[in-house]
Amino acid sequence: MKVGVVDYDAGNLKSVQTALAHLGVDQVVSSNPEELLAADRLVFPGVGDASSAMRVLRSRGLDVMIREFVSRGDPVLGICLGSQIVLERSEEGNADCLGIVPGVSVRFPKELGLKVPHMGWNQVSFRKGHPLFRGIPQGTSFFFVHSYYTQPSRSDLVLCESEYGEKFCCGLLAGNLAATQFHPEKSGEYGLKLLSNFLYWDPERTY
Amino acid sequence: MLEKRLVVCLDVRDGKTTKGIKFQGNVDIGDPVEMARQYYEQGVDELVFYDITASSEQRGIFIDVVERVAAQIFVPFCVGGGIGSVEDMRAVLLAGAEKISVNSQAVLNPEIINAGAAAFGAQCIVLGMDAARDPDMKSGYRVVINGGRTPTDKDALEWALEAEHRGAGEIVLNSIDADGTQDGYEIPLTRMISEAVGIPVVASGGAGKPEHLAEVLSEGKADAALIASMVHYGSYSIAEIKQHLDAAGLPVRLKYRPE
Repeated sequence: MKVGVVDYDAGNLKSVQTALAHLGVDQVVSSNPEELLAADRLVFPGVGDASSAMRVLRSRGLDVMIREFVSRGDPVLGICLGSQIVLERSEEGNADCLGIVPGVSVRFPKELGLKVPHMGWNQVSFRKGHPLFRGIPQGTSFFFVHSYYTQPSRSDLVLCESEYGEKFCCGLLAGNLAATQFHPEKSGEYGLKLLSNFLYWDPERTY
Repeated sequence: MLEKRLVVCLDVRDGKTTKGIKFQGNVDIGDPVEMARQYYEQGVDELVFYDITASSEQRGIFIDVVERVAAQIFVPFCVGGGIGSVEDMRAVLLAGAEKISVNSQAVLNPEIINAGAAAFGAQCIVLGMDAARDPDMKSGYRVVINGGRTPTDKDALEWALEAEHRGAGEIVLNSIDADGTQDGYEIPLTRMISEAVGIPVVASGGAGKPEHLAEVLSEGKADAALIASMVHYGSYSIAEIKQHLDAAGLPVRLKYRPE
């Protein structure tokens, strides 16, 4: 099995690479759509600004590649910015995004008086029994650093939630596409467990 | 609920960890990669590595330490010391760090904060600030640089607000007066800065026992507490400190590995 890691100049891929290497995975880190389409699973990481990320994705044909990968049914994992730009739009730079999952990314509201970015470890509650969270207790903490969060248009697209001033969606699930706002590659042993679960995830199998 | 972070700081010189009192008389205490791995296994939330020599000859040794840490530590870590350009930032990020801390260099050239935030995102750019009590300053604290040896004309509170405005995503706030004393953090300073800015503040300098952390995370309004000697010399374990914070009613990450 080969995992493709999408390289689109959006922040640091090193931590995702080292975490996958630690798990003993054969990986290809690339910005070439053909090389990535040859992989069996896709990890789509990224930190930074949604509108500039979309610009780079489009210029390299990676937007088309990601849509194709998702539509052919192989497992895809978006991380952080990667979870936001699978939605239709982001408030950040008012960017048009990939539109694979219905919904938008919005900023933590100022009225809550919270420190932004939301940075640090926060507890995550997830859809009971989902294979991506196998072996991970409810309420386990994962590492977050973000100013915008995902707001899918239907509740059945919510994989997991956390709380910062108010409850927010911190993970999406749409068929063979899963995405987390937090960084599993930087969330210690439970984060590695989630990544390892992704490597074994069969989206077609009911659970 | 967002948890309070326990951050362990390792000062690295010539590839070895050191810890000095008031930045002078540093003594070697161990291999930073091995120490980082042990803290990781004990459930530390985040690590900070400062290159305290930061001479060009030793830069390579330090980058090698960062790379080896990144290969086995799966929690975030920040790197600081001698970072004066976007290229320096890129080098440590490519070596595997999540965040870069700028201190004296940012005072001398504040534009580096804007440039770093534009290139890598605000979440990457940490302002390291050393502050010393000074009744002549408006906020009561003066920014000092070069490890506390050189006073500047900047007021600590004004500098914190300016750095946030320029794009810093976090502030590591070190009290020169408290640093190395193990008598507790500088609570009024920490509280003043943390309440004024809209970005997270990591309190640094003065930790000697778990009660000090509980105090700065509650009364001092800090988002995270940085420690070094407390754990480097084996006086306390990460778990003991976290259990104390938990008992004090502070949200901390206790479950960190599968049973």
